Amino acid sequence: MIAEHNLQLDPQKNLHHFLSIEGLSRKHLTSILEATHSFTNVAEQSVKKVPLLRGKTIVNLFFEPSTRTRNTFELAAKRLSADVLNIDINTSATSKGESLLDMLHNLEAMHCDMFIIRHAYSGAAHFMAQHVAPHISVINAGDGCHEHPTQAMLDMFTIMQHKSGFALLKVAIVGDILHSRVARSQIHALNILGVEEVRVVAPKTLLPTAVETLGVHVYHHLDAALQDVDVIIMLRLQHERMQGALLPSQGEYFKNYGLTEQRLALAKSDAIVMHPGPINRGVEIASSIADGTQSVILQQVTYGIATRMAIMSMTLGRMPNHSSHPSTTE
Amino acid sequence: MSTLSILHGHLIDPHNHIDEIMDIHIAEGKILAMGAPPPGFQAQQQINAQNKIVCPGFVDLRAKLGEPGEEHKGTIASETFAAVAGGITSLCIPPNTRPIIETPAEVELIHQRIEARGKCKVHLLGALTQQLKGTHLTNMDALKNAGCVGISNALSPVNNTLIMRRAMEYAASHDLTIYLHAEDYHLAQHGCIHEGVMSTRLGLPGIPAIAESIAIARELQLIAQTGVRAHFCHLSSGESLPLLSKAKQQGLAITADVSICHLHLTDHDIGYYNSDCHVIPPLRSERDKASLREGIRSGVIDSICSDHQPHDMDAKLAPFAETEAGISTLEVLLPLSLRLVNDKLLTLFELIDILTNKAATILNIEAGNLSINSNADICIFDPHHSWYLTPDTIYSQGKNNPFTHWELIGKVHYTLINGHIHYQDVSLT
Repeated sequence: MIAEHNLQLDPQKNLHHFLSIEGLSRKHLTSILEATHSFTNVAEQSVKKVPLLRGKTIVNLFFEPSTRTRNTFELAAKRLSADVLNIDINTSATSKGESLLDMLHNLEAMHCDMFIIRHAYSGAAHFMAQHVAPHISVINAGDGCHEHPTQAMLDMFTIMQHKSGFALLKVAIVGDILHSRVARSQIHALNILGVEEVRVVAPKTLLPTAVETLGVHVYHHLDAALQDVDVIIMLRLQHERMQGALLPSQGEYFKNYGLTEQRLALAKSDAIVMHPGPINRGVEIASSIADGTQSVILQQVTYGIATRMAIMSMTLGRMPNHSSHPSTTE
Repeated sequence: MSTLSILHGHLIDPHNHIDEIMDIHIAEGKILAMGAPPPGFQAQQQINAQNKIVCPGFVDLRAKLGEPGEEHKGTIASETFAAVAGGITSLCIPPNTRPIIETPAEVELIHQRIEARGKCKVHLLGALTQQLKGTHLTNMDALKNAGCVGISNALSPVNNTLIMRRAMEYAASHDLTIYLHAEDYHLAQHGCIHEGVMSTRLGLPGIPAIAESIAIARELQLIAQTGVRAHFCHLSSGESLPLLSKAKQQGLAITADVSICHLHLTDHDIGYYNSDCHVIPPLRSERDKASLREGIRSGVIDSICSDHQPHDMDAKLAPFAETEAGISTLEVLLPLSLRLVNDKLLTLFELIDILTNKAATILNIEAGNLSINSNADICIFDPHHSWYLTPDTIYSQGKNNPFTHWELIGKVHYTLINGHIHYQDVSLT
């Protein structure tokens, strides 16, 4: 059977939705990175606004709690001069008996232009993109254990700010890969951008079946995995993972997979440390590392706004989609 | 006396080893003669079956109808008509209706409705445990006396091995066949897709192949211990086949089926969350599909069923994991099965044996053959007719079908039940 056409691209292969990194080309990613770069100085101006999306209405539809992601999306939209509607639906989203689709159509009737959706179910953003009116763009702000593509793009941008290119990089992603939508998007993005090696590091209980098919090398021991790496990405460990026998205890996890100063010394001396946040100090990362000189965790947050501005502008057709000139990363 | 002759057709009746062009004559709903008509026989009606296959009506080991309880998904009238449009003359429904088939009262209710509105013959499995909860046995003997052809816990688990052992012992005492959905509950848990490359890519909770084979290993030891006659429903994993093959060699009274979709689809067909491919057990890998096909060829798997599950639109309109599992398959059972002949996996004779005689033998019902004096349940189909199933032309109330863009070869022309035409495709000549 033939897979359906790539839902997130229009017939000219421009981004219309932003649902997953998988399925995008290097050109798409590099043009997002370039657009991000052009937005980084907006925050430094005295008037932190550009009129690119003036008159557009953007709906933040969050079915899962989020502070950072939702706030940066909201700020990004406001800096683009769009009108923003925030809808937080707690876990019992459809408690009023309203289906996702009905909610969607109601919002459509309010003449919105973009939905930014976070949902506990994998594929929720795809589902919405399949059913929205054709002029509406859908941006995936995290769907279940599937993807979190805007997070991956801001991570790529952060890496680009610190490294001279992607081609020679070795990247280690450490922690709960099984449940991580961030990790899936990062792995796709790193491979599309052509890094030398992506390593995933976790006990078998926190790795999905056949994870190597995503294009990664698998490690169960952190010390070995950190040898010579340029970028270390630590993932958040959810407390509920102690249930269901995925892990014995936080203490044993930190002992084996926590990032400490001794361990960081195994990586390249100029290695950067990243984390999608919010961090659990002493569970996956020592405080001294999180706040240390090699940490770029707060820069990730800053760049998150510019990245989301870029992606919103591109999907709404207000920015060029393809790089007009060869990118430095290609 | 109502009489009918089917002339010039290619008759295939594996039960009676018939495979030749021959006329067939019917009187009072029974097969009267083959070849030359008996002296003085006058057919009131004649069907010209030239270039068509004439065979026993298909026997479907498992199809859900919706009714009773889920009439918004399908009714006895709509789904049994879809069955006869697919050449099926007898089908068997699992006990997970609403209400659950666990006492003679439910059996009687469904029988009455079938009598009033059914277009084909419908057989029932009774519940193995009360409310399918896996804790207390049902009155199995009463269910048997009320007409159930077997017992099953449908898709619900019996986690407690002791309860399963006792259920088997009790079923064996009453000469009942137990129909098993083999799946380790804890390994499967919230899964909705085969655990493998696709579950990893899509971030969906997976059901590992060993959830099936581990359960089969348990059930086989219990079957050997208790001596019950057992049937394994809808195998999905290649890992299960060596276990079954070995158990059959050892002489255990077991049979197995595979649903037609597992012989044609894999987890890759889910693509980007196509909920029409959400089915339990899940579509597995290409390798599993190849093993299942080999199982059909070698006979380790005895039969192919539709495993039909009609759904309303809303049941499939949600993010993948939230959608309901199942595919509407009654009308594609024949053409998709004929692909196995086209793929040189089976001869047409072997395929019809699988869809008629072997399935009837498993259910232990009078069907699946064209013996003299047997009920004239007959399918006449054109094995070469090419067509497409569309949501407009599908008779089932359930439009949940991933095969709508497939070229289907082979179409039912007539379906007869007890000598009466219950379906005729007027577009075919």
